[in-house]
Amino acid sequence: MEQKREQWGSRLGFVLAAIGSAIGLGNIWRFPYVAYKNGAGAFLIPYIFALVTTGISFVALEFVVGKKYRGSAPLCYFRINKHMEFVGWWQFAISFVIMTYYAVILAWSLSYIGFSTTLAWGNETKDFFYNSYLQVSPGASVTNFGGVVWQTLVPVLVIWAVTLCISYRGVRNGIEKISRIVLPCLAVLFIIFVIRAVTLPGAAVGLNTFFEPSWSQLKDPNIWMAAYAQIFYSLSLAMGIMITYSSYLPKDSDTTNNAYITAFSNSGFSLLSGIGIFAALGFMSAMSGKPIQDLAAGGIGLAFIVLPQIINQLPASQIFGVIFFICLLIAGITSLISLLEVCIAAASEKFNWSRKHTVLIIGGLATLVSVAYTTHGGLYLLDVVDNYVNDFGVMLSAVFEIILILWVYKQTKPLMEEANRFSQIRLGNYWKICLAFITPVILIIILVSSFYTNITQVYGGYPADFDAVFGWGMVIALLVFALIIPHLRWRGVKTNLKAEKEENSK
Amino acid sequence: MSTSAIIMMILSMVIIWGGIAVSAAHAIRHGK
Repeated sequence: MEQKREQWGSRLGFVLAAIGSAIGLGNIWRFPYVAYKNGAGAFLIPYIFALVTTGISFVALEFVVGKKYRGSAPLCYFRINKHMEFVGWWQFAISFVIMTYYAVILAWSLSYIGFSTTLAWGNETKDFFYNSYLQVSPGASVTNFGGVVWQTLVPVLVIWAVTLCISYRGVRNGIEKISRIVLPCLAVLFIIFVIRAVTLPGAAVGLNTFFEPSWSQLKDPNIWMAAYAQIFYSLSLAMGIMITYSSYLPKDSDTTNNAYITAFSNSGFSLLSGIGIFAALGFMSAMSGKPIQDLAAGGIGLAFIVLPQIINQLPASQIFGVIFFICLLIAGITSLISLLEVCIAAASEKFNWSRKHTVLIIGGLATLVSVAYTTHGGLYLLDVVDNYVNDFGVMLSAVFEIILILWVYKQTKPLMEEANRFSQIRLGNYWKICLAFITPVILIIILVSSFYTNITQVYGGYPADFDAVFGWGMVIALLVFALIIPHLRWRGVKTNLKAEKEENSK
Repeated sequence: MSTSAIIMMILSMVIIWGGIAVSAAHAIRHGK
């Protein structure tokens, strides 16, 4: 028997969940560094341009697709045209892979909340992170990952247990309730972090480094590509998340306005993060006498090596450390929940599993895969998988999604009409030009450029077989999966939207 | 901070945080 579709309890609940999904680790540790490396203040011009051309338009597209076709990503695409279902399973596969290592990074953040209370990392933060905490093996190997590192495995299990408990409770009682609690907490804690950072000695130098525009770099097309890629990754686009979340909206929801709120809030948080991180780096520079150029880092290096060094120098350093890592954890866990929801919605609709069973099956599988990243060679695996799943998985998915929806299956007009029926903000020619012309051209350029880089050089200097198996091999495996699953019958829902509506109205 | 850095900081804050304020205000005024 088909299951009745859940719905958000309120518009605020949906918006907070969507913002929580968009705001993730990348806002805190990727945006400040990408901006700094690409013209600093001048980067903000292509960044804002990318936000208003691609970011908002793409979120608006995904919101209206989800609301109109009312299903998980594969089901929505199936309802557009059955030949498009594979894109949904491609997005399912990407979300599954990303969440398996995302949970591991959150587990590190959880551990670092504890370490902050005693400043357990000492003065050698790099050595502590790689050797004492992760116990990374000297080199990457396809056949030998070393054993499991228990001190990383245990927090991974805790993160998964919490995430699965939230998802188990459903959309309204789980995801919406938790978003309404943790998102305001994240905002308050992060503002405290930023206020503390900007009031430190040397903060102005850091802010000057972050905002001082290098105008000459604006002529470099790579900076424009970096801005589009940042907007794209940061908004959780083309992973099925926004489609799945908006499929739980009531029919008369204003998806366009919601898209504006979500996209601007995500960038607002990124900007706040840039201010906080660079103010803290300015302080570190003043204390250590090293130039900011030598201290600036992104990703794992920023969060688990540079920030602990800064925290060491601060008065009441433990509190500052706890606040920062709690922010990282909250930002990440709301994104993890959304990735999991993509898989749960799709699998339960396809195979007619109850939500609770699906959470246990998908969550159990994801937890098992996560264990691989807690081994001595897990960090290498994480690095390679992250590179390939983002460069090819997400970008390829976005190109397929836009070209098939707007060009092949000609959904521009029906989607615009659907969005405009319930919104004061009209989608028109501007939206069409941004999405159907500007966005695919830029995405294809980014995709081709990544493809060229990855085939002409082995990523990260890893052994070629390691890169081939866990990079290219993984991409091919996901593609095969995405092409096979559409051959199975939908068991949990009526694929005909009209028939489902009639069923629900009985 | 240099003048150009201050201008970029204020400009980006006004556009991005202003964007949040305007779209949220629109949501409050127009419901659904």
